[in-house]
Amino acid sequence: MTALSRPDWMGLLARAPADRLAQLLPDEPQARFLRPPEIGTVMVRGRIGATGGAFNLGEMTVTRCSVQLADGVVGHAHVQGRSRDHARRAALIDALMQTDRASDVHTRILAPLAAEEAARRATRAAKAAATKVEFFTLVRGEDT
Amino acid sequence: MYVAVKGGERAIDNAHAFLAEERRGDPAVAELGTDQIREQLRLAVNRVMAEGSLYDPDLAALAIKQARGDLIEAVFLIRAYRTTLPRFGAARPVATGTMACTRRISATFKDAPGGQILGPTFDYTHRLLDFKLAAEGGAVPDAPMQPAPSASLPHITTFLNRDGLIETAPPTDDTPPDLTREPMELPASRALRLQALSRGDEGFLLSLAYSTQRGYGRTHAFVGELRIGTVAVELDIPELGFAVEIGEVELTECETVNQFKGSKTEPPQFTRGYGLTFGQTERKAIAMSLVDRALRWQELGEDHTGAPAQDEEFVLMHADNVQATGFLEHIKLPHYVDFQSELELIRKLRAEVMAAQAEAAE
Repeated sequence: MTALSRPDWMGLLARAPADRLAQLLPDEPQARFLRPPEIGTVMVRGRIGATGGAFNLGEMTVTRCSVQLADGVVGHAHVQGRSRDHARRAALIDALMQTDRASDVHTRILAPLAAEEAARRATRAAKAAATKVEFFTLVRGEDT
Repeated sequence: MYVAVKGGERAIDNAHAFLAEERRGDPAVAELGTDQIREQLRLAVNRVMAEGSLYDPDLAALAIKQARGDLIEAVFLIRAYRTTLPRFGAARPVATGTMACTRRISATFKDAPGGQILGPTFDYTHRLLDFKLAAEGGAVPDAPMQPAPSASLPHITTFLNRDGLIETAPPTDDTPPDLTREPMELPASRALRLQALSRGDEGFLLSLAYSTQRGYGRTHAFVGELRIGTVAVELDIPELGFAVEIGEVELTECETVNQFKGSKTEPPQFTRGYGLTFGQTERKAIAMSLVDRALRWQELGEDHTGAPAQDEEFVLMHADNVQATGFLEHIKLPHYVDFQSELELIRKLRAEVMAAQAEAAE
């Protein structure tokens, strides 16, 4: 698997199931909160006619958190939903990925998360693909 | 006029205790978990998220449980909860062209590239009650799978637009108005109308959209494309200086293609109505796009026929079911002093009429 950029791994951590992160990070590194987990919202926007000017669609719940490891490295997280644990763990992993433990964290945490997400998406796409139809226009019967 | 009343505390407490008991129902029947509501009543959850204007399936499931299945009450609970939360910012507009579609159909283009994907739909079911669902247990077989293309599905209307037959929607960078922050002012921009419609009551929009189909502001709408699926939500993080995905939301998007013979300002072409809603809420999204199109009569130089769906003030000021139910239901709360003064007025008027009649009879 190719190297992930920071936006890539932050997105992956945000989309991951909260309880799965707990399983993959059983022992948390020593850190202090720069911003303890905080629950709020983000306004989701759409575009008029899918491509035009923006409009406000509605909000979603988001939890954000910032941590600092003992060696001073800072990690951030903005994750969908209201799980403080999810946001804290995502911020810790974001910090760890900027240390010399990155390769280990990638192997133990990010790679399994990415594989599981890819499998979930592929399953859903395959089930949708199985419902693909071709409509045929029938010849009208009255002239035959 | 509201007048404070005192007393009734014990009765109110007891009424709420009674409500809690009724909510639980027969204790011999297993209690409903919010996870069960989230997973098995997902369309109710979607409706509460769409009209509550807050995407959070767990909260919507809790609201439905607390409201005993009264979805408007659940929407009210979600709206109230939302006001307690700080807003961290606004996401970048979602790119629905990159949606991971579980459903994507077109009523206008039979041979749409990428194909028609039915997805988990009630369409083509026979609407016969399935008594197997009343019997408990039994695993549901896995849905069949087929290899899926890896590329995202382009919007179907882009194919029609190759001939320049359909109006375009060029992007702008304007910050859209937000009716949750500023009181709605009329006339409203299309962006503000879409926000109001997306959180509007499904039943109200359904009836309005139906009225346009029956001739009250007819716009000859076809569903150019209806798609349902998940899109990523990206937020610019100031501390980082770049955008990150903070999650995914399921959306329903409907684009209608409407016949348009041209006007003083616009050439003959197909015009479009647009609907975008949280969750799998396709009736709402279709209705929204019809009402959006009907409200555009002025912009497109069409005639105002006096149809309700063309009346921006009528539509936007009555679409919100929390506002509507708040005003409607408040008339059941104590109005004793108001009513007392009305009573005295009626007695006085009657006495005057009686006196006049008696005088005339003499």
